[in-house]
Amino acid sequence: MSSSMLFNITMVTYMVSTCIFFAFLASKAKAVGLAGTYAALFGFVAQTAAIALRWKESYDQGHGHAPLSNLYESVVFFSWTIILIFLIIDFRYKYRAVGAFVVPFALFGMAWAQLSLDNNIEPLVPALQSNWLMYHVITCFLGYAAFAVACGISIMYLIRDKMEGGNSAPAGGLLSMFPAIKVLDDLNYKAIMIGFPLLTLGIVTGAAWANYAWGTYWSWDPKETWSLIVWFVYAAFLHARITRGWVGRRAAILSVIGFAATIFCYLGVNLFLSGLHSYGK
Amino acid sequence: MTTNKNSFAYKVWDFFCSLKLSIFLLIGLALTSIIGTVVMQGPSREYLATLSETKIRIYSALGFFDMYHSWWFILLLYLLTLNLICCSIKRLPRVWKTVFEPVLVLDERFEKSLSTVKELKISGSKAQLKDKMAEFLKSEFANPVITEKDGEYHLFAEKARLSRLGVYVVHFSIIIVFIGALVGSFFGYKGYVNIPEGGSIGEVQTRSGKIVNLGYSVRCEKFSVSFYDTGAPKEFKSILTVLENGKPVPGYVNVPTIVNEPLTYKGITFYQSSYGQSDEGVVYHISVRDRKGGAPLKLTARQGERLTLPGGAFLSIMEATADVRPFMKDFDGPGAQVEFTPAGGKPQPFVILSEKYEAFNAQHGGDLIITMDGLDQKFYTGLQVAKDPGVWVVWFGCFLMVVGIIMAFFMSHKRIWARVSDGAVTLAGSASKNPTGFELAFDELVQKLK
Repeated sequence: MSSSMLFNITMVTYMVSTCIFFAFLASKAKAVGLAGTYAALFGFVAQTAAIALRWKESYDQGHGHAPLSNLYESVVFFSWTIILIFLIIDFRYKYRAVGAFVVPFALFGMAWAQLSLDNNIEPLVPALQSNWLMYHVITCFLGYAAFAVACGISIMYLIRDKMEGGNSAPAGGLLSMFPAIKVLDDLNYKAIMIGFPLLTLGIVTGAAWANYAWGTYWSWDPKETWSLIVWFVYAAFLHARITRGWVGRRAAILSVIGFAATIFCYLGVNLFLSGLHSYGK
Repeated sequence: MTTNKNSFAYKVWDFFCSLKLSIFLLIGLALTSIIGTVVMQGPSREYLATLSETKIRIYSALGFFDMYHSWWFILLLYLLTLNLICCSIKRLPRVWKTVFEPVLVLDERFEKSLSTVKELKISGSKAQLKDKMAEFLKSEFANPVITEKDGEYHLFAEKARLSRLGVYVVHFSIIIVFIGALVGSFFGYKGYVNIPEGGSIGEVQTRSGKIVNLGYSVRCEKFSVSFYDTGAPKEFKSILTVLENGKPVPGYVNVPTIVNEPLTYKGITFYQSSYGQSDEGVVYHISVRDRKGGAPLKLTARQGERLTLPGGAFLSIMEATADVRPFMKDFDGPGAQVEFTPAGGKPQPFVILSEKYEAFNAQHGGDLIITMDGLDQKFYTGLQVAKDPGVWVVWFGCFLMVVGIIMAFFMSHKRIWARVSDGAVTLAGSASKNPTGFELAFDELVQKLK
């Protein structure tokens, strides 16, 4: 079995998981929600094995490096971290409906990687030959993933907030499986509390690496700047939490904006701007 | 600050203490930072040519071409610093008191200030209830302090009180990082230097154009570049030697310096950054032989140098390559573009190749056959040079920031008060972080008590 086949299995499993979570919202049967979580867990295990196998394959090819070095590998890793953070929050708080809004992010990542990105294992160019690569990529992507989960939860918040239209009576229909609005607000905050320290660590390890490799820990390169923009947005979010009138809807909107900035930092900078993070292009 | 709340000074103070200002500044910094990622910083001539004249005038007036050092961006950063200092000064004393001198008694006035309050009717005398509540809080939350006042018992229990200081640790760490950055910009420099193979340098030109004397010199013994089969670069390597007063420094001789493995000596670090072909260093090797036979004569020449050949002809090498494949199909090996001037004749330009192509080389040269034997190509290595005494201050700040964030995020100062009278318990609580989450936990606690 090759890693590529396992990644395909992963992609299909995430698709199944997404469908089950939507079925859960429609059917309102608890068992269906649990099945969705188990499907995601199965996909996660398959993906973990696939990443490990790809790592081994790189050694077989004589390159020997962690699978974190190009766009394909980073997208795969991103989707892995999203499911990881989702599973942690799911097992801890057991609000299954969240899966319907988070697993699709991972599915989208895997589908994009499998269907249209170049999955060749390439040797590392000199700039990436450093242990800092692992520390930097792992912390950044775990942070990004937590923001993805927060964004999914915030979208649920905004949908529920809009449908209920301000009255506090719990809504029926698809919404009945959503966690209460207070819970969504809290989960959003919790996910960002996971993401913010990790992003901070990601920026710090990036700065440390830049200093080690180039002698400058900060050079206002577009990627660096955008990571700081993301940091500013979530810092604003955190300060907004303790300011009256900024909890709830505005916090949810800030969280969605924060994730949009995150995605731009991750992909937009490479697609539209130039700089040091070219993913080995 | 205490006398007149309407005074101008108070208003200014209040403005700089406000959280709204923090949010405004953070979002403002986020938005304005985008500009510098869209407009090229330190723009090239090609880039400027794509902009209209009005745009250039507006951009330079607003400092967009060096946005992160423009007065208004720096001002935003200073305002943020001032804001977080003011916020800390305003709030720290109160927080300090909260942490180290907790309110032990839940009187009515204090109760009103808390949003999470629950009154419960539980049968039992106040003495019984006091013991029950103490046991309950100890097992479900934390060990309480019990105070008796006005015929009622007051219980107070708290968790992770020091976490309240986490925020101030983070704020302080940001100031430390800024101080580190300032130290670096005042006492350090960044420069760039090219060293040809075999050459050495003792000074460096910084980015601001100043020449800095290193106090020692660095020699590039050799530069090499290797490639993967795919054609992607594998390693850029300079072999460097540090010289003090012209003598190699023990331990700093022939140090391989590659990307991600810099060389540091006396606080100055040299980073492998780029390379190129050094023009002055190239030496060409050719041989010249008589058509009628005899031993070939080996000659060396530099670019453009005029060689005198046997029989009075002249030869200059205009340009040469180690491999002619990209330029001449079906040929390989070294080749050179030469200008041959026969004795008393006119200059003739032609190409010579290696001895493998004898028939090709025999087409020119009069009585002589000239062969290109090869060339010693010399590289230069491009090194970033940096001295930053502030960098450890920055790392210390970063470390504090991470510690502070963990304190502030993963630890919440949770407090619970209970006022116990006959047949009734009033439970109240507060948390420094995440009130929504605390309320849920508080509701659970109340459920257990019921």
